[in-house]
Amino acid sequence: MKRIVDNKHPLAIRWFHWINFPVLSLMIWSGLLIYWAYDPYKITVGGYTLLSFFPDGFYKALGVPFRLAQGMSWHFAFMWLFTLNGILYVAYTFISGEWRYLLPKRNSFREAWQVILHDLGIRKAPLPVEKYNAAQRIAYSSIIVMGLGSLLTGLAIYKPTQLWWLTTLLGGYEMARLIHFALTIGYVLFFIIHIAQVVKAGWNNFRSMVAGFDVVDEKA
Amino acid sequence: MQMDTEQTPHMPEREALTTEQQIRRRTLKAFAWFGLASLLPVGIWKALTAKPIEQGVPKALRSILNANEGLANVFFSNQHLAPTFAVSKATKQVGINGMEGLRGAVDPATWQLQINQPGKSLTLTMADIKALPKYDLVFDFKCVEGWSQVQHWAGARLADLVAKYDLGTRTGQKPTDEADFYKHLGMETPDKGYYVGLDVASALHPQTLLAYEMNGEAITAPHGAPLRLLIPVKYGVKNLKRIGSITFADERPRDYWAERGYDYYLGL
Repeated sequence: MKRIVDNKHPLAIRWFHWINFPVLSLMIWSGLLIYWAYDPYKITVGGYTLLSFFPDGFYKALGVPFRLAQGMSWHFAFMWLFTLNGILYVAYTFISGEWRYLLPKRNSFREAWQVILHDLGIRKAPLPVEKYNAAQRIAYSSIIVMGLGSLLTGLAIYKPTQLWWLTTLLGGYEMARLIHFALTIGYVLFFIIHIAQVVKAGWNNFRSMVAGFDVVDEKA
Repeated sequence: MQMDTEQTPHMPEREALTTEQQIRRRTLKAFAWFGLASLLPVGIWKALTAKPIEQGVPKALRSILNANEGLANVFFSNQHLAPTFAVSKATKQVGINGMEGLRGAVDPATWQLQINQPGKSLTLTMADIKALPKYDLVFDFKCVEGWSQVQHWAGARLADLVAKYDLGTRTGQKPTDEADFYKHLGMETPDKGYYVGLDVASALHPQTLLAYEMNGEAITAPHGAPLRLLIPVKYGVKNLKRIGSITFADERPRDYWAERGYDYYLGL
């Protein structure tokens, strides 16, 4: 017997979530146009470049080169929306009490391992039933901290003279830019795992993020 | 729920069907709204990329950049200084990025600085500039491309020059208020091949220098000899080399990179 559970995801949270998707995409895209103009970051191990951010072919495939001015225009327009949406989301979760489902609990860090083992198919025992499991709580809270990090490091490199104290606090101009970049890579990794989990969780879960309601199977 | 009462023997079936129908109906409705709402970003994209293009940037996007400038002006303060460093931290390999406006040679001995404003003009020599108090500036120079470099420059404060010759005010006299100043100041190279526009507050910032020395020696030609602008509250592109003229005005002076799609303000 199926039963509709209303308001699994409140309307406000669905709006914040789906507004963030195109806004963050645009911030990452415009950020890439900016980063191209000075792209020194790479991961090296013992003098050997493991991964360079980014290879020429990657830039060319995405049409990135020589669009710094355009990237800056978009980045400095949509930073407002990114910030506002983030602030409203955090304010809403606190006012509505949704934070109770989202913040990690004392035992979340231990439980998160069990979730990972479960998701990888290593641990067969079912997980405790919760709106968000331990790994989700950590992930969804981290992403907010990361968002705040992007905002602060972004401000630090946007106005390094007016906000010199912030830039200094974050380790200087170059460090702030590096952190700003690393956080973006973090969003991309988050996105990949997030999509994989959504696919794995199935249609019902995805629908609840659009329609709000959940459908549960109940044994009669 | 009445599904197991005897009076309504068909209810379990109907109830199940109704739930399914409800799910279907609500799903369709939600996704219809979702589709409709996703037209919103499409609309925003269209509005922001719509013509006319104003100096390389769509008008709507340009107006957001100008609004950012307005906000930046609210927070701008002469008390906010770019961090400075010990001279030993300064690089010996100072980056050279742009050569626009540096065609041909300029003889420092005959070079002159032309200063214009409505109803007033002035021609100064290198000796006049050097007569002003000299300041050293070791700061993290920031290129709009994203790199930065600690560099050592020395020269006169633009604010001192403005004060000494009573420049930049609409009255032509000493300012009694900040509002007396023209809103902008434009600088151009002698060949007019490169030019920048500055808001007057940034131009009069205490770290804004008319520099004639780099690393303790006279500035070389590729770095903008004999006199160049150093303005830590702006990206490198505003740090015009080989200054030929300075013009005060209320309307925005032309700006080389703003004409090529960059933000006009570019304030740090």
